Amino acid sequence: MSRHFPALIIVIPLISAFFIFAAGGLKKTYCFYIAAAALAISLFSSIGLLLQVLQNKVVVYHFGGWAPPWGIAYRIDYLNGIVLVAVAAISFLNLVATKKSVEKDFTEKIGLFYTLYVLFVTGILGIVVTGDAFNLYVLLEIASLTGYALIGMGTEHAPLASLNYVFMGTIGASFYLLGIGYLYLATGSLNMLDIASILPNIFQSNVVLLAFVICLTGLFIKMALFPMHAWLPNAYTYSPSPAISLIAPLTTKVMVYVMIRFLLTVFTPSFSYGSMAVSTSFVWLAVIAIVVGSILALSQKSLKRMLSYIVIAEIGYMVGGVWLGNRAGLTGAILHIINDAAMTLCVFLVAGNILYRLSGDSFDNLKGLFRKMPFSMGAFVVGALSIIGVPPTGGFFSKWYLISGGIAAGHYGFVIALLFSSLVNVVLFFRIFEIAYFEPSDCPHISDRMDEEGKIFNDAPLGMLVPLMIVAVGLIVLGIFTDTIVTKVIQFAIPGEIS
Amino acid sequence: METIVSIKPFLAVIVSILAVPLIVSTRRANFREGWTFLAAFAKFSIIASMTPLILDGVEIEYTIAQVLPSVAIKLRVDSFGMLFALVSSFLWIATSAYSVGYMRGLKEHSQTRYFSFFALSLSATIGVAFSANLLTLYLFYEMLSFATYPLVTHHQDMEGRSSGRKYILFIVGSSIGLVLPAMLFIYHMTGTLEFANQGFIAGIVSPKLIWILVLLFVFGFAKAAIMPFHSWLPAAMVAPTPVSALLHAVAVVKVGVFCILRVLTGVFGTQLLFSFQMDTILLYLASFTIITASLVALSQDSLKSRLAYSTIGQLSYIILGAALLSPKGMIGGMIHIAMHAFGKITLFFCAGAIFVATGTKNISQMAGIGKRMPVTLGCFFIGALSVIGIPPGGGFISKWYLLLGTLEASQMVMLFVLLSSSLLNAAYFLPIVYKAFFCTPEESLFENKINEAPPWCLVPLTITAICSIYLFFYPEPFLSLAKMASVGIFSRP
Repeated sequence: MSRHFPALIIVIPLISAFFIFAAGGLKKTYCFYIAAAALAISLFSSIGLLLQVLQNKVVVYHFGGWAPPWGIAYRIDYLNGIVLVAVAAISFLNLVATKKSVEKDFTEKIGLFYTLYVLFVTGILGIVVTGDAFNLYVLLEIASLTGYALIGMGTEHAPLASLNYVFMGTIGASFYLLGIGYLYLATGSLNMLDIASILPNIFQSNVVLLAFVICLTGLFIKMALFPMHAWLPNAYTYSPSPAISLIAPLTTKVMVYVMIRFLLTVFTPSFSYGSMAVSTSFVWLAVIAIVVGSILALSQKSLKRMLSYIVIAEIGYMVGGVWLGNRAGLTGAILHIINDAAMTLCVFLVAGNILYRLSGDSFDNLKGLFRKMPFSMGAFVVGALSIIGVPPTGGFFSKWYLISGGIAAGHYGFVIALLFSSLVNVVLFFRIFEIAYFEPSDCPHISDRMDEEGKIFNDAPLGMLVPLMIVAVGLIVLGIFTDTIVTKVIQFAIPGEIS
Repeated sequence: METIVSIKPFLAVIVSILAVPLIVSTRRANFREGWTFLAAFAKFSIIASMTPLILDGVEIEYTIAQVLPSVAIKLRVDSFGMLFALVSSFLWIATSAYSVGYMRGLKEHSQTRYFSFFALSLSATIGVAFSANLLTLYLFYEMLSFATYPLVTHHQDMEGRSSGRKYILFIVGSSIGLVLPAMLFIYHMTGTLEFANQGFIAGIVSPKLIWILVLLFVFGFAKAAIMPFHSWLPAAMVAPTPVSALLHAVAVVKVGVFCILRVLTGVFGTQLLFSFQMDTILLYLASFTIITASLVALSQDSLKSRLAYSTIGQLSYIILGAALLSPKGMIGGMIHIAMHAFGKITLFFCAGAIFVATGTKNISQMAGIGKRMPVTLGCFFIGALSVIGIPPGGGFISKWYLLLGTLEASQMVMLFVLLSSSLLNAAYFLPIVYKAFFCTPEESLFENKINEAPPWCLVPLTITAICSIYLFFYPEPFLSLAKMASVGIFSRP
C-alpha cells in the first residue's frame, strides 16, 4: 500500500467529500468522523512519504501508470516532503480543534462545510505533491473555489469579502495559467521535470522569460504579496473562524512553496537568480511588504484583522528569504513555511476559541481574558512569542536563518525590516496582553461560571483546547528540533549550486 | 582545564520550572508555598553540590539540544557562573520566606500566579548563569524578561500597566533591536557563539565593527540599566517589594551585568578590548551612570525609588570593575555581584517590612520609626553600610578590590569616581537611619512602642543582614570563585 501513498493522500479526501455530502443529508454527526478519518489517512500517508523520501531520496508516482510527460506524475522530494507533512498535520489538527465551533456555527450546513473542507485540503495537498505544472493549476482552482465558498459562509460582509477574493484570486490563477501556456508553447511539455530538462537550451527565448514573469505575478497575487494584498484582510476577517484557521496557515504558505518549486526545479537557480537587479528588487518588495504589513497591523482594532496584516508581513519574510538567493535565506524561507503555518494556526485557533465564547474579537471584547480563558491565552502567548521571534520557539530559528541570509547577501534593508517587524510584533501582542490582563471583564451577558475563588472561568471546551495545546507545544518542539529539520531535510531540498 | 559532562546544571535550571505545575495545581496555600520552598532548597543544594568541583578547577557541561550547526542550547558551569548562581539561588530561599510574610501580610491577590512566575524567573536566572554560549544566554535572558512581566505588573492597575509597558519596551526592545543583530553578525563572521576565556573574535572582525558590537551589547542588555537605558528600573518599583528585592536588586539587574561581563570577556576577550582602547569609553559610560544615579537618588523621597537609583549606580560599579581590564578590578566587579546582592536585598526587605507594618513608603514620613521597628532599621543600617562600602559590611571587600583595580590600571579618575560615589551613597542612606533613631520626640511620627513586621518578614531580612556582615569576615567561596575566574580571563593563551 505504501507504494500508493502519493495517490492516497489526495484520492481519499476527494472520495470522502462525496460521502460527507451524502451523510450531511442523512446523519449529520457522521460528517465529522468521515472527514477526520480521511484526513488522518492523508496525514499517515504524508508521514510515510517523508520517511520514504528520507531513505530513497525521491518518490515518483505515475497516475494510472501513464509515464510522463504524457501522464500526470506526482513527485515527492525533500522540499515538498516536509511541506506535505506540515499541511496534512495542520488540516487534521484544525479539523479536530474546530469540531465544536462548526457544530455551533453551522447547525444546518455541517455537511456542506465539511465537504468544502476536505475538498480544500485535497486541493492544497495536491498542489504540494504534484509534479505537473498544469495539474497544479487544476488543484489550485479546487483549493481556491472551495476557499471562496468557505469564506463566503461567514457572517456580515463575508459574501462581499469573498467576492473580492474571487476577483483577485481568479486574476492570479489566470496569470499562472497564462504563464504555463507560454511554457507549453516553448517546451511542448507540462511535466515540471520535463520542462526543466528542455528549458536550459532555450533560456535566451523571450517566451520563456515572459512565462517566468507571468507565472510569478500570478503567484504573488495568490500569496497576497504587497501591493497585491488588498483581498486578504477582509476575506480573513469576515470568514467563519473554523475555516480561517485552516485557510490562513495554508494558502499563502503553499503559494510560497510553489514559487520556490518554480525557481529551483522548473527553472534553474542560475536562471532564476540570473539577474542581481531583479532578485534585489524582489527582496526590496518583500521589505516593503514587511514594513507596510507591520504598520497596518498596528492600526487595527480587532484580533483577526490584526493577525491578517501580520500574515501579510510574514509573506514578506518568506519571499525576501527566497529571493536573497543564498542557502541561509532559502533555508529560512522553507523553515518559515512550516513554522509560520504552525504559529498562524495557533493564533487563529485562539481567535476561534475567543469567538466561540464571546460575541466578537474587537479589542474591547478581550478584557479580562487571561482570567476567563487562561488556557487559550496561554497558547496565544506561545504563538505570539513565536511570531515575535523569541527562542526556543520555531519562529526564532526561521527568523535567525532569514536574518543570516540577509547579512550574507549584504542586504541590510531586509535585516532591518525583520528586526523592525519583530519590534512591532512586540508592541502588537503586548497591547493585547495588556487589555486581556489589566482591564477587568465587563460583559455580563456571557454565561460566566464562578469557581470557588470567585474567578470567572469560561475557557473553550476541552475538545478545542487539547489540539490547541498540541499546536502550542509543537511550536517549541519545532524550535528545538530546528537543526534536525535543517540537516536531515531542508539542506537537501536546496540545490548544491546555491551556497 | 578538565571538563566533565553531567546533568546537574540542567537539573538546577529545570527544577523550579517543574515546580510550576505543582504550585498551580495545589489549592491549599501552605502546601503551595511548600512546593516553592522545596524547589528553592533543591535548586540551592544542586548548585552547592557542584561548588567543590568548580573550586577544584573542573568545568561541568550539559548539552540540551543542538539547534543550529555548531551552536547548541548548552550549559557550562564555570567559576563566574557558579558565583552568580550561588548568590541568586541562596537569596531565592530568603525571598520565598519573605514573600510568604509580605504577600499574606498585605492579603495580595493572585498569589498562585505570583509564586509560579517567581519560580520561572529563577530558572531563567540560573540558565543565564550557566549558559555556555551566546544563544543560550539570549534564550534565558528573554525568558527572564517575559517571566518577570506579570510580577512587575502584579497589581494590575493603571500604574502597573504603564510601568510594565516601559519595562517590556526597554528590555525586550533593546535585546531584539541591539543584541540579536550583534549576535547574528558574530555568528555570520565566526560561525560560532561559544564563550571562550580569551574571546573568540580577535583577528576576524574589523576594529570599527568591534566598537559597534561592544556598544550594541552594552546597551542591548538593558537589564544592566546603564544610562540612558535605565528608566525602566525605577518604573518597575511598582512591583510588590519581594519582586523588587530579588529581581530588581539581584536576579534581573545582575543578569544584565552578568551578560555584559560574560560577553566582554567571553566573546571579545580582555586583550582585544585593551588593544582597541574600549576600556576608556566603557569606564566613562559607567562612571557617568554611577555619579548621575547617586545624585538622583539623593532627591528621591520614596524609599524604593531611592533604592532603585542606588541600584543603578551600583550596577555600574560592576561594569566599571570589568572595564578596568585589570585582574583586581575584575575580581572586584565579580564579587560586587554577591556583596551588593546581600546588602541591597536587605535594604529592600526592610523597605517592604516598613510598608507591611506601617503602610509608609516615603522617607520623609519615617522620622522616629527606629523606635518602633528597631530590628528592621538596625538591619537597614547594616545593609546601608555594606552598600556604601564601610566595614564590617561585605561591600567593603568588593570596593577594596575595585579601588585596587583602579590603581593597577592607573585610572586615577576612576578612583576619584568610586570614592565620591561612596560619599554620595553615605549621604543618601545614613540620614534615613539617623532620622529613624535620633530624632526629638516632637519630630517623631511613631509611638515609642516596639511593633515589628510579621516574623516571616523579619527573619529573612535579619538573615541577609547577618550574611552581609559574615561576608566581610569570610568572603568565601565568592572570593575564590572570582579569583579563579579572573585568572582564567587574564591568563595568556
